[in-house]
Order: sequence, then structure tokens, then C-alpha cells
Amino acid sequence: MPLSPVSRWLDVAVTDVSNPDYYHKVVDCQWACPAHTDVPGYLRLIALGRYDDAYMLNRESNVFPGILGRTCDRPCEPACRRGRLDEKPVAICRLKRVAADRRGDITDRLPTGAAEKNGKRIACVGAGPASLTVANDLLPLGYDVTIFEQTPKPGGLMRFNIPAFRLPVQVLDEECDYVIRMGAEMRYDTPITSMKGLLDEGYDAVFVGSGAPKGKELNLPGRWDAPDQVHIGIEWLANIHFGHVTRLEPRVLIIGVGNTAMDCCRSAKRLGATDVKVVARRGRQHFKASQWELEDAEEEQIEIIENHQPSRFVVEDGRLTGLEFDVLEWTEDESGRQRSTVLRKEIIPTDAVILAIGQDNAFPWIERDIGIAFGEWEMPVVDRETFQSTREGVFFGGDAAWGPENIIWAVAHGHQAAISIHAYCEGRDVAERPPRGMTLSSVKMGMQSWAYDNDYETAKRQKMTHEDLTTRFADIGIEVELGFTPEQAAREVRRCLNCDIQTHFTAPLCIECDACVDVCPTRCLTITPYVSPIDELRQLLSAPALNLDQEVYVSHALPQTRRVMVKDEDVCVHCGLCAERCPTAAWDMMLFDLKLPYAGQEMAIR
Amino acid sequence: MSSIAKPPVFHPSARTNALGLRLRDYEGGMSTLCAGCGHDSVTAALIQAAWELSISPEIAAKMSGIGCSAKTTAYFMKQSHGFNSVHGRMPSVTTGAAAANRQLVCIGISGDGDSLSIGLGQMCHAVRRNVNMLYVLENNGVYGLTKGQFSASADIGSTSRKGVPNQMAPIDPVLLALSLGATFVARSFSGDKQQLVPILKAGITHRGLALVDVISPCVTFNNHEGSTKSYAHTRTHEVEAVATDFVPLKHAIDIAPSNGAVIDVSMHDGSLLRLRPATAGYDPTDRAAAYAHVRACQARGEIATGLLFVDEGSSQEMCDELKLPAEPLHDLPFERLCPGSRALDELMERYR
Ligand SMILES: Cc1cc2nc3c(=O)[nH]c(=O)nc-3n(C[C@H](O)[C@H](O)[C@H](O)COP(=O)(O)OP(=O)(O)OC[C@H]3O[C@@H](n4cnc5c(N)ncnc54)[C@H](O)[C@@H]3O)c2cc1C
Ligand SMILES: Cc1ncc(C[n+]2csc(CCOP(=O)(O)OP(=O)(O)O)c2C)c(N)n1
Ligand code: SF4
Ligand code: SF4
Ligand code: SF4
Ligand SMILES: [Mg+2]
Repeated sequence: MPLSPVSRWLDVAVTDVSNPDYYHKVVDCQWACPAHTDVPGYLRLIALGRYDDAYMLNRESNVFPGILGRTCDRPCEPACRRGRLDEKPVAICRLKRVAADRRGDITDRLPTGAAEKNGKRIACVGAGPASLTVANDLLPLGYDVTIFEQTPKPGGLMRFNIPAFRLPVQVLDEECDYVIRMGAEMRYDTPITSMKGLLDEGYDAVFVGSGAPKGKELNLPGRWDAPDQVHIGIEWLANIHFGHVTRLEPRVLIIGVGNTAMDCCRSAKRLGATDVKVVARRGRQHFKASQWELEDAEEEQIEIIENHQPSRFVVEDGRLTGLEFDVLEWTEDESGRQRSTVLRKEIIPTDAVILAIGQDNAFPWIERDIGIAFGEWEMPVVDRETFQSTREGVFFGGDAAWGPENIIWAVAHGHQAAISIHAYCEGRDVAERPPRGMTLSSVKMGMQSWAYDNDYETAKRQKMTHEDLTTRFADIGIEVELGFTPEQAAREVRRCLNCDIQTHFTAPLCIECDACVDVCPTRCLTITPYVSPIDELRQLLSAPALNLDQEVYVSHALPQTRRVMVKDEDVCVHCGLCAERCPTAAWDMMLFDLKLPYAGQEMAIR
Repeated sequence: MSSIAKPPVFHPSARTNALGLRLRDYEGGMSTLCAGCGHDSVTAALIQAAWELSISPEIAAKMSGIGCSAKTTAYFMKQSHGFNSVHGRMPSVTTGAAAANRQLVCIGISGDGDSLSIGLGQMCHAVRRNVNMLYVLENNGVYGLTKGQFSASADIGSTSRKGVPNQMAPIDPVLLALSLGATFVARSFSGDKQQLVPILKAGITHRGLALVDVISPCVTFNNHEGSTKSYAHTRTHEVEAVATDFVPLKHAIDIAPSNGAVIDVSMHDGSLLRLRPATAGYDPTDRAAAYAHVRACQARGEIATGLLFVDEGSSQEMCDELKLPAEPLHDLPFERLCPGSRALDELMERYR
């Protein structure tokens, strides 16, 4: 973290809290979120019943709160501070859904396309979340944005791969429409078959948000002997969406154990399959699927088989009857590498096999002689910061940039690409990234009275109720998760520790009375002679600061003894007691508001 | 006051003591003292000491009189016994408790007003009797609770918040205790837990009365410039005579070696005090030397701190002196506790 070299009084490496990254990192969820959504901010709005405001605050950074409140990969939750103190993190994702479900009509608060155009034309390939985010950011600035989509509808994989029992169509339609109605020109049923051709149309910039549309093959003996019974997961899910697949044989094997496999097995259950097995090459601890998706699948009585590696499709008289596996045992060698030995062969009888072992990118429509360089694995060379390809004015984002990720990453990419496109069109250097800013404001309302609820909620994480097990299979469109009840939502938002309400220290005010050190419930604070390096200092604290992912704050030298105030950010619960017990307000509680740059708003910051 | 109770969350690496208790299990209610009051730091030091000594909360008795200092007992060891007596009467009530149950760990908390004015006689006699107790005197030079009048420990020339200087000579509880035959006399500072915690542990372990005078600034009425009991004044005028290390029973002595002389004092329970005088020649087992040292410091305007005098073993605590039985009186069978009228008659017969 940023350290300024010399304290005013002593040779102390003082933490520089004027760098927005320092306090931002304290807000664990916001730091972990690719789009840096202001989570504690919107949770407090939910607590106040201000659902419209909570929704709008979400939308600012993540564009699709209703969709993401059901489907987000939620990297925020494993990062959540609450998870380090309590068994489970705050149910951030499902609270996002609460904001979306309970909002009123917010249409008049949505951004609108600019009345006056700036004369620049942007083409987006694909109408997935990445392209829609680019459009969302550029339309208000006066750009003409044309989106080319090969299917008849917007949303990309969110529409034709994420099953409707996880994401209702009307939620998707509504949030895609919020962008489109700003004036995006939608060209549906229009696959781009030549990048050269597109470039020749004279657009000022092109954004490629075409996703990672190709499912991986499993070329084993017998693969092509009964092709009608073997499906590629993402194609098969799309076929369900488009109504090409409506029924399934009773026995189904899903190969692979990622999130696509989870959607495949649960979809199979809804198409009449009764005996659904998911087969994994390795043990449970190596599964790619999120824990909650595994739990949901197992709740639906789907069997998950470990340590089985497919070796042959068993085809008799032109019909697939089973899949042969090597049953593996995994051991670790001295270097820590996992090695497998084959214990035996085993045939699992089945009527259909669905391959869900990953996705590849495919760009057959991009010519290789137009200045867009491709590198390893036939992937375009894309700059990690600017999202620009090796051809100026051509940008990539979402799954198309570096392979399959998820929706929130696609959104984050879209925002960054929009910043680049705007800079490029204005003739500025795309590599010069606009800085992040922040504001800090005291939340003190009076003696021991704060503009936030600092009391600690002891409730455990609320459990999501699910649609009844018999009802839910009647139709693939029946949403399984029912959402939190108002009481559950009220309790769950109070579990948030308000990590954005920061403990802010002013060294010259401190009289070293120890009150803050003594009152802190989690022993975050220490007044100590300064010691460097920081790793040594970490050991000397009230409770040693052993979580190296978390920052340690070091103050200027204190007036009376020249010692320093040190705070381990790791398990501070932001209760504000240090500030309440401080006689001089050397500790204060300050609301940190991260100011993220978006296209057209770069200059507003700082 | 604070607006909320302390959140019931623990540092993930919070350790437990020999009884399986965490440090925070030794806490009490939320303090209602002023933010920054030295007394709260004394509380924190007591919690630390009791936790480190693995004292069973149910055998501890927290005793106090009246004053902000007297409220301290409410803020630690919430499962323990407690008694808030009348102003200045903590020593006599504790004397009774200690006599009735020799197994109690008696922790008396008092203030400079409570002990040096209304309760001065009480304190003197508890010291003389060598009641087996820790006697913490939270010394801030004022009556905090009644809004800051000078107490009997205020130094000549020390000013009130409005600037009026004190004219009367102070009573120094350390000198007083030394002259009364106290067997354990220390002075410390609420703002220096490194010094205070081992002294409190030694005082709890000491057999007899352990007087610990703790300079404990009153942030509200006596922390201004001109005060000789403020945080800043104490920090600049404190002179530590002896550093104390407390080595519990059955622990290897793994204390950093010091350059100067080291004096080891074995406690009756088998633990050890390792005392490291700051100046060569200071002997914390020599009462006259201790007295002289404190006086000399006083003459220079310095505050002598540390474990200034200890006498473990050569004198008896009150209950030994009175030959009281080892078990608590409530555990004595009725026949022993009250031998009956025949025994009384026999006793009376001896005086005829
Ligand atoms: C089964 C499955 C389940 C998933 N579940 C989740 C989930 O629960 N949560 C989550 O966060 N992520 C999930 N994902 C991942 C997520 O859907 C993607 O990461 C995300 O949609 C990527 O967005 P994108 O805008 O980059 O591309 P996409 O969503 O893939 O959109 C690309 C669009 O471009 C169109 N297109 C492609 N090529 C052309 C062309 N040449 N011309 C015109 N149009 C073209 C496509 O038709 C498509 O509409 C899942 C993925 C799969 C496969
Ligand atoms: C018999 C009696 N006399 C006087 C008082 C008024 N009184 C309450 S607290 C106090 C002095 C307390 O001073 P100190 O012991 O130094 O405690 P501090 O508040 O400074 O911690 C006095 C005189 C009283 N409560 N009872
Ligand atoms: S807000 Fe202050 S008292 Fe509360 S946990 Fe954080 S550092 Fe400790
Ligand atoms: S409570 Fe305030 S004055 Fe006292 S040590 Fe803490 S920061 Fe310093
Ligand atoms: S008045 Fe003085 S002694 Fe009493 S609580 Fe306040 S600071 Fe402490
Ligand atoms: Mg007092």
C-alpha cells in the first residue's frame, strides 16, 4: 500500500490514506467486485427501504442489478469481512436482487441518450453484457452505437445459456431494454462474417463483444458413431432456449463439473430425465462449479461422481448405450503435483451424454491480415488496461477478450472499453487512464451518535427459500429461488459491517490515553514504538496481523511519546467504538465514497 | 458512555488461558466514564492481568467505595463477586470479606479522594493489618465524580482547570504505606500497561496487602497544562525505579537478560518476580531506601514509579496473624463455626 517516505516528526513510513486505493481496499467487497459496486452503500439504502435508490446505485457500476442479483459469480462474497469473523459472508448478491425486485418505476431516473449527437459512430459485435455496457456508457455522450447480433434478441449467453429457472426472461428483457431504449441501433439476426467488411463501413471505433461461443469437444473412440445422443453443453442449452430441444431420455451423463455442467444437469431434470449424473475427473475440492451451484444441483437429487475419466463412447447397433471410464486414484508426488493411476474400467449406462468441459473462443470472421494480431491459442492480443487490440480503434471486451469469465467481468470490461473508445474518438491517448477519486465525510451527528447503525447484528446468514421440489420441475421457466422475505432482507442487510465507514486518524490530536486500544472488540489497534520493516511491526501488535492480504495502517509519530498508532485492517468491525471512546476525536468515522471514472466523467474526479 | 455494547465478536486468533477463557471473557459492562479516562485503562490492565493469571472469576471479589474510580469494578470480570461500599469504606468491607473467605482473590479499587480523605483511616488500618488484597488507588489528583475539586494527592502549585493553584501539601499514598509497614508498594501509570500489568499480577499474587498507586489522569477535570496529574506531565516526569517481570509458576525463566543487577523474589505460590532496578544499587527489598528514593524524586518534581518495595514472607497477612482456618467460614461445619454454650462457658472459666 502507499506509504509516504517520512513522517513529519520521525523517520516513519506513514500510510498515505489520501490515495483512494487505501480505503477502497478496506471495503473488501467493493475491492473484489470487478465493477467496484458500492455494496455497503446500497445495503444501507435497502435498510432504509429506499429500493429505488439502491437499484440506481447498483446500476451505476454494474448496469444489470436484477440479472446479477440472481446470477452473479459474486467474487465479493468470499472477500466479505463478515466471513472472517462469522461463519458466512453477507448475502450481498441476493440483496442486490431485493433492491431490484422491490424497486418501483425508476425509468425516469435512467440515463438517456444525448439529444445532440457528437457525430461519432461505434459498432459493437454481439449484444451480450459487454457490448450493452459500452452502449450504456457511450449513448449519453452523443455517440451513435450500432449493435450487430447474430440471434434475434439481446443478452448473449445470459439469454440463451443461463436457464430461465435461474434468470426469468422478463428480468433480462427489462434490463437489456433500459440500455437499448437509450437509442442503440439494434441489428438482430445479423452475424458479422467479416471484420474487414465491418471496418470498411467507416465506423469511428469497433468493439468486439462476441463472447466465447464454442464448446469444447471430447474426441474419444465412438464419439461420432451416435452423434445424435452426444451434445455440446452450451449448444444444447441454447437449443433448449430456442425450443429445439424439449424432451430428454431418462438417463443422462454430464461430463465436467463447472457451472455449465450444473445448468445442464438441472435443465435435464426439467426435460424429463430421471437419472442424471455429473461425472468429474477429479475430487470434489477441485470442482470448478461454485459451492452454491453444487448445493442446488444436489438438492435436486443429481448424483455427482468423482475421479472418473471418460475413455470411450459405448455404441451398440448404432445407439449409444453407455460411456466407459477409467476410474482414477489421485496421489500427490514430492513436488506437490497431482498424479493419477487407473484403478479399473467402468461403464456407466446412459441414453445421452452432454459435454460441459469448457469453452473456446472462435474468431473465424476476423481476417488475419488487417492489423489485429492473434497470439497463443488463436486469441487476439488485447491490452489489459485499454482493451485495445493491436489495431487502433478496435477494442475487445467480455469473454471475447481473454476467454470465458462471467457477467460482472463483461460489465467491468465494457466500462473500461467505453473510456478508451471515448478517449480514442476525442484524439486522446487511450493508455492514459483516468484516476479514481474519493470523498471522505464525517458521519458524526453528535456525541456517540452516528449517521449509520453501528450496532452489531448477531444473526446468521439468512437462508434462501427455494421453490418446492415437485413444483419447480413442471416448467423450465419456474424460478427456483424465491428471494428474501422483507424480514430476511432486513436482518441480512444489518449483517453488513459498513466497511466503507472508515476509521480515520489524526495523529496530532492523540493524547495516548489508550481508550481506543482498550475498547476495540477485535484488538485492531496498537500504540507502539515504530519498527520497520512492516512485517516485523505486524508481529508486535495487540493481536499479530497475520493476514497479509490486509493492510496495516501506520500513523505519523504521536505528539507525546513519538510512538505510532497502528491499525490492522483485517478484522475491524467498523463499530466506531474507538471514535466514541476517543476524548479528542483523533479517531473519527468517515464515510468513504469511491469515485470511479466512467466515459465522459473522467474529469469530474479530483 | 458509548452508544452500543461491545460487539460479541472475537479476533479469529484469540487465545485462551489455562481455564479455557478468552481475554474478553474477563470483561465487564460497558464503561460509563468519560472517554479517555485513565481509570478505563486500569480496567483494561486488570482484565489482562486476571486473564494471564487464569483467575477463576468466581473466586474473585471486586470491592470499591464511591467515586469514578469506584465504578471500575463494574467494568471487569462480570461473573465475579462485587461490593460497592459507602465512600471510603472499601478497606473495612474488604477486611471482612477476606477474613470470612481466605480463598477469595480480593481486588479493592479506590480513588485518591476515597482513600486519602474520607477513607484515610480505613486505608491506614488495612495496610497495618496486611489484609490479603490488591489495593489499587486510581490517583488523579481530583474528585472526578463531584466535578474536579482538588483531592489530598494534589501537588502544591498544581492548578485547577480554572487556573487556581493548590496550596496544601499532598499526601503521597506510597510514602504513607511505606511508613505504615506495607509489604508491597508500587506506583504506576494508566498510560503504561507494559509496566502496570506485571505489577498488578505481582500484587494479586502477593500474600498480604499490595498497594498500587496508579496515576490515572482525569481527562475532564485534570488533564490541562498546569496539572501535575495529566497524561503529558506524567509522561515527562515519570522515573521508573524498578522494572518488573512476573514469571508464573512452572514457567521457564525466559526473560531478556539485563545489563544491570537483577533481584529475584520468590512468591509464596512458587511464581517469581524478577526485578531490574534502573539505577545500580536500588534495592526494592530495603524499606528505608525505598522511602528515601521516593522522597528524593519528589524533591526533584519527579514521579517515582515501578515496584518500589516488596517484602514477601517475613511478615504475616491478617488471616495468618489471626490463625483463621484455611477454608471459607461458610464451609465450616456448624459445630466448628459455633462451638456452643458449653465451649463458651469453658472459655469464660479461663478468665475467672
Ligand atoms: C451455461 C452457462 C452459464 C453461465 N452462468 C453464468 C452465471 O450464472 N453468472 C455469470 O456471471 N456468468 C455466467 N456465465 C458466463 C456469462 O454468461 C458470460 O461470461 C457473459 O455472458 C459474457 O458476456 P459477453 O458480452 O462477453 O458475451 P456473450 O454473453 O457471450 O454475448 C456474445 C453475443 O455475441 C453474439 N455474437 C457472437 N459472434 C457474433 C458475430 N460474429 N456476429 C454477431 N453476433 C455475434 C452472440 O450471439 C451473443 O449474443 C455462464 C455461461 C454459460 C455458458
Ligand atoms: C459520605 C460521602 N461523602 C461525600 C460524598 C461525595 N463524593 C462522591 S465521590 C467523591 C470523591 C471521589 O474522589 P476520588 O475517590 O478521587 O474518585 P474519582 O472520582 O476522582 O475517581 C466525593 C467526595 C459521598 N458520595 N459520600
Ligand atoms: S471501528 Fe474501531 S473499535 Fe471498532 S473494530 Fe474497528 S478499530 Fe476496533
Ligand atoms: S482514544 Fe484517542 S486520544 Fe486516546 S489513544 Fe486513542 S486515538 Fe489517542
Ligand atoms: S470525571 Fe474524570 S475521573 Fe471521572 S470518568 Fe471523567 S475523566 Fe474519569
Ligand atoms: Mg480522584
